[in-house]
Amino acid sequence: MTAAATAAPATTTRGAGKPSRRRSAVWLGLTPFAIYIILFLAIPAVLAVGSGFFTKTGSFTFDNFSALADPSVQSDYVGTLGLSAATAIIGGIVGALVCFALLGTNPTGGLRTAIDSASSVLAQFGGVMLAFAFIVTFGLNGIITQWLIQSGFEKNVFNDFQGNTLIYSVVGLSLPYLYFQVPLMVLTFMPAMEGLKATWGEANATLGGTRFTYWTRIGFPILAPAFFGSVILLFANSFSSYATAAALISQGGLISLDIRGFINSETVVGHQNAAGVLALLMVVTMIIVMYLYSMLERRASRWRR
Amino acid sequence: MSAPRFGATPSIASRNIILIVVGVVFIVPILAMIQFTLRIGQPTDKGGQQYGVQHYLDLFNPANESTYDPLFQGVQNSLVIALFTVLIILVLLLPTMILIELKFPQFRKLLEFVCLIPITIPTVVLVVGFIPAYQVVAQIFGSTPYTLAFAIGIICLPYAFRPIASNLAAVEVTTLSEAARSLGASWFEVMWRVILPNLRRGILSAILLTVAVVLGEYTIASFLSQTTFQTALLLIQQTDPYAGVIFAVFALIFVFILLVLIGRVGTFRGGRVSRRKRVTP
Repeated sequence: MTAAATAAPATTTRGAGKPSRRRSAVWLGLTPFAIYIILFLAIPAVLAVGSGFFTKTGSFTFDNFSALADPSVQSDYVGTLGLSAATAIIGGIVGALVCFALLGTNPTGGLRTAIDSASSVLAQFGGVMLAFAFIVTFGLNGIITQWLIQSGFEKNVFNDFQGNTLIYSVVGLSLPYLYFQVPLMVLTFMPAMEGLKATWGEANATLGGTRFTYWTRIGFPILAPAFFGSVILLFANSFSSYATAAALISQGGLISLDIRGFINSETVVGHQNAAGVLALLMVVTMIIVMYLYSMLERRASRWRR
Repeated sequence: MSAPRFGATPSIASRNIILIVVGVVFIVPILAMIQFTLRIGQPTDKGGQQYGVQHYLDLFNPANESTYDPLFQGVQNSLVIALFTVLIILVLLLPTMILIELKFPQFRKLLEFVCLIPITIPTVVLVVGFIPAYQVVAQIFGSTPYTLAFAIGIICLPYAFRPIASNLAAVEVTTLSEAARSLGASWFEVMWRVILPNLRRGILSAILLTVAVVLGEYTIASFLSQTTFQTALLLIQQTDPYAGVIFAVFALIFVFILLVLIGRVGTFRGGRVSRRKRVTP
């Protein structure tokens, strides 16, 4: 007991400046995770972005970067940015409206809890299953398409979008994408919306302000950084998603689908390494996007103190 | 609330309009999936459509076994991969997080950064690196779908890290472990009887989220040409679209239950804490 009592004050300083054999044994405890991260995160990440600089035989080259001069790759990159931006902005606005409506519900009530759980399910609902849901809704035999046909619209936007089925085009991808973007917006933007203090509304009212001045002078300016931060997050989410697009579109059209095309291409030698160039392009884009996000996040957090 | 409204609170009418419109738009694809699985035959010209549970019964008809075999194989593979991925989280991530909290708090930021990297790097980019890496993995372990757990474990890191980290932040692990140590507990007892029970909620959330991510994972499995639930779904859709959608509906319900459970784990815990607070003087 006395030994424990004397040992206690020493350990309360978190063992700082107490080098011992134990300490090195504890260091060993970190190695399994470190090895796992090096083998399955660090090495693959370096291989992915580095493979663009090498030929199939392993010698250094910039030749693969000619892939970036390919007009179809360029238009697919622009298409990916466009799809990501469109779904981020529309998803952001609709999601923010839902957050606004949720302010009128009881925070601990059943409705709010149900919408919270539904949002966290749907924000994760990407991929093959989401593609199925939209094929049976807006595809050729989809419930909405069939209903439109029976209502007299033999040719409608879903079965005749520039002569094709809308849902199998890059523009049509925005429909399933919004299905996970709006819930993600609700999840990320709701904390900022809840951070609007009631006292600000009262201050506005006592100073003779209307609800219009409340939103133009208080609400929008305060929420703006959080809103744009969340929109950037949605942009990154669309930009990096792959499975939904892969399940709906068999050719190219998006940069992530071009990576698939290059990897699976058996005909052109060295195309696998061109996939590395596109991977690098995606990572660079993501780093820029995440940098913008962290800047806006810093501004948004000012009001949460 | 209905009297003068200050600030951001919406009017009841605008609240209801927004929630109902968005709610209806979001429920349509789910209902469309259920309606699709109940369709029998093609609709007639007049728009008539027969309904029944035929496609559900077909799944268990032995005559169709060869058609559905890849699907059941994929489900089985995904469940085993989920088990291995959970093991990776419990054996590699969890002890590291506790160790860093107790002994190396200076590494906390670094660990968080590492665990969130898989969100910043798109999975399709990581896959470009996983393909050569798995040529080595296949030489060591053979080309089995179960080795996918290593790669999927990486993309699960952010989802597993967050609940455990927030649980660790809420519990005074350092104080608890020092108290237990000064009362004569061995390190094993500290871990097993003090720290882990206090982290139950975070660990359970991490496990459930990991299972949800593994079951929904498509990108890695498809590039590494392994049969999992999602790749099998896409395959079966070409021969029997009904079976694909039925399984998608079931998976959606399953994941929904998982995520509701995660929410529940939180509230149960909250209830217990408050009760304990009331009891202690």
